[in-house]
Amino acid sequence: MVNIPSSIDDTIPAAEVEDVELYHSHSWWTTYVFSQDAKVIAIQYSLTAISIGLVALVLSWLMRLQLAFPGYFAFIDAEHYYQFITMHGMIMVIYLLTALFLGGFGNYLIPLMLGARDMVFPYANMLSYWLYLLAVLVLVAGFFAPGGPTGAGWTLYPPQAVLSGTPGGNDWGIILMLTSLILFIIGFTMGGLNYVVTVLQGRARGMTLMRMPLTIWGIFTATVMALLAFPALFVASVMMLFDRILGTSFFMPAIVEMGEQLKHGGGSPILFQHLFWFFGHPEVYIVALPAFGIVSDLISTHARKNIFGYRMMVWAIVVIGALSFVVWAHHMYVSGMNPKFGFFFATTTLIIAVPTAIKVYNWVLTLWRGDIHLTIPMLFALGFIVTFVNGGLTGLFLGNVVVDVPLSDTMFVVAHFHMVMGVAPIMVIFGAIYHWYPKITGRMLDETMGRIHFWVTFLGAYLIFFPMHYLGLLGAPRRYYELGETVVNPTSAHDLNIFITLMAWTVGAAQILFLFNAAWSLRRGKESGGNPWRATTLEWQTPTTPPPHGNWGKDLPVVYRWAYDYSVPGAPEDFIPQNQPDPERRSKEHST
Amino acid sequence: MSAVLIFLALLASIIIWWMAQQRLTSKPWLEAEKVSSFSHFTRSSIATEKIGLGVFLAVVGALFTLFISAYFIRMGSDDWWAIPIPRVLWVNTAALVVSSITLELAKSLAQQGDDETMKFALLASLITGIGFLVGQVFAWRELVFAGYLLADNPANSFFYMITGMHGLHILGGLLVLGRTTGKVLQGKTAQQVHLSIELCAMYWHFMLLVWLVLFALFAGWANDFVDICRQLLT
Repeated sequence: MVNIPSSIDDTIPAAEVEDVELYHSHSWWTTYVFSQDAKVIAIQYSLTAISIGLVALVLSWLMRLQLAFPGYFAFIDAEHYYQFITMHGMIMVIYLLTALFLGGFGNYLIPLMLGARDMVFPYANMLSYWLYLLAVLVLVAGFFAPGGPTGAGWTLYPPQAVLSGTPGGNDWGIILMLTSLILFIIGFTMGGLNYVVTVLQGRARGMTLMRMPLTIWGIFTATVMALLAFPALFVASVMMLFDRILGTSFFMPAIVEMGEQLKHGGGSPILFQHLFWFFGHPEVYIVALPAFGIVSDLISTHARKNIFGYRMMVWAIVVIGALSFVVWAHHMYVSGMNPKFGFFFATTTLIIAVPTAIKVYNWVLTLWRGDIHLTIPMLFALGFIVTFVNGGLTGLFLGNVVVDVPLSDTMFVVAHFHMVMGVAPIMVIFGAIYHWYPKITGRMLDETMGRIHFWVTFLGAYLIFFPMHYLGLLGAPRRYYELGETVVNPTSAHDLNIFITLMAWTVGAAQILFLFNAAWSLRRGKESGGNPWRATTLEWQTPTTPPPHGNWGKDLPVVYRWAYDYSVPGAPEDFIPQNQPDPERRSKEHST
Repeated sequence: MSAVLIFLALLASIIIWWMAQQRLTSKPWLEAEKVSSFSHFTRSSIATEKIGLGVFLAVVGALFTLFISAYFIRMGSDDWWAIPIPRVLWVNTAALVVSSITLELAKSLAQQGDDETMKFALLASLITGIGFLVGQVFAWRELVFAGYLLADNPANSFFYMITGMHGLHILGGLLVLGRTTGKVLQGKTAQQVHLSIELCAMYWHFMLLVWLVLFALFAGWANDFVDICRQLLT
């Protein structure tokens, strides 16, 4: 503590943050339904995302049934199988992970962690949720439309996505899918503007950028990326809708369907792949960066130790965000690209491993000689590190062109991306829910149920996806409805598939326990008080828990320190909240 | 994808310039309660709404550069027949320029507090803006009558799609501008609507810039420009 000013007035400049006029809700409808309070919007986003996520979970169960017991269940025919794959992927990546991290945690945590009363544009924030809900409803409508939802795979590659051979290709499926994406992107843009501008303009006094918790850095950077990457998906969706409905030929080459020459011609399917992956790769980090940020805060809080290398953590987030815009074509190694391009994209892909590795080292070094409390959020954070390292390493394999080409169409890829952007972010989401549930509801989640949930989920997820790498190396192809007898896989591969399916059902069932816990603890959980984890960040310092609309009482908090003052030598407690002036000075102040 | 990469590079330089002022090399763990760490945090003096619009325009910019990237990639194929430029587009461009100028005028009049003239400038801008949209519809009709249908050729498809997308953005801008003008007509003073007018003007100039780039693209000048750049590089 150098340079302690003599009086408190020196430290606090004249008010830089004027108080905002909050929208006053008048009725139940405007308080809980058409609410402009970021916290209510966050809960709406989260509940919608989790609900649609459960649909995707059930779809994965059905897919696994088919893979383990091919042909045994009559209602899973090839068409349905592809529809399940497509909807599972699309829902999990966009409607669950993106919406939950940015719309859910972003909305809840940004104003609270920064000491703001609300987002800067609450009305647009509300619209953002309702457009998201509309997008989800349009997506779900696909299940009930004639022909069912699209079965084009979550990447929706043309030309197959709009041909009659693909489920939903010349029915409603693909149209609803694309419309839903367009709605989602418009809605997200409204929310995203809020998240970015609130970070820029809504911070409390004393909250410099370098005092922001890493959670906010992660969400902030991810939102900037999403704002710039989602337009690529928007453009691709609009152009494909034109191809499908109006008969243009942006992506559609000359093609014969059912012996009939279509009127399309000359279009470029590769153009779609470029646009899609220009969105698709940043999307991986749009999901990962908030997870990185949140996990940093979880580890620091529950190991009672300041985060190791805070500046490096911030820079790494920014560098990863920037680099992720120049690696997209590593998803297209098998599209017949120029080897020189392949070399370029392999290089940029491998370079991303450097800042990512810095982050992993820093998490581990934060744990090193920390006072580790194995609380449930901490367990999930540790689970994240393990899964993420595993998924990241196989990413290094796949980033190399020569390794990717033979593995590209195998289960190895499925195992890789589920580890790195499926299981790992989900671990963080669970950790974050266990961590912030007390702030949202005022009650703790049940500990025993939480531990069972963690161990089944963590070990189960590992038992699903770890053997899947092996299947991939054996050559088991992905996207196949059934392997049949033509494939040269040993019977052990088939037994392994049955095992994976059993594990998938177990892990899925464990989530029911989690949902029960969340509902049960809402009324019966142990009362948590305002700051059960004894954490430093501002959201734990609100005068009331759960925080009301407007978050803070009469006065906005003033920030005196960074977010990681844990176990400071000489301090009376092992944490010093961000809004607490130096204890020495405080006593001086009292004496005067 | 080069167009969008160039756009992102420009955006990145703005972000780097901004970040360079944010003391990202400071050591927050040593700076508890230091005066300097407070004085360096200044909420930007630019209005929050303006920053919000700025971020939104970056998104819109990314959207249109992506369309342009797609245009360039698709253009390389053999079945591409450039579309003729309807003459009315020149009139439309002029209308949009006038609209932008009058809006800029309204902005400075609002700063001076000259309510009456500002009202006229706003109305003029609204009318020329609507004129632009109507003109665009005429351009479409002209092309359709001349037999350049949407699905006949990728050049046609791109023309209709991109001008349509631009038109939608203009339409959105017109709604906001109409609301602001309505407020003025109902007797709000320049003081009260000053920020709205400034935001409208900012959006309008940006959409004019986008339109000029698109016009150059459709007229084929952008091509010549790219060729010249390529020759200079090789």
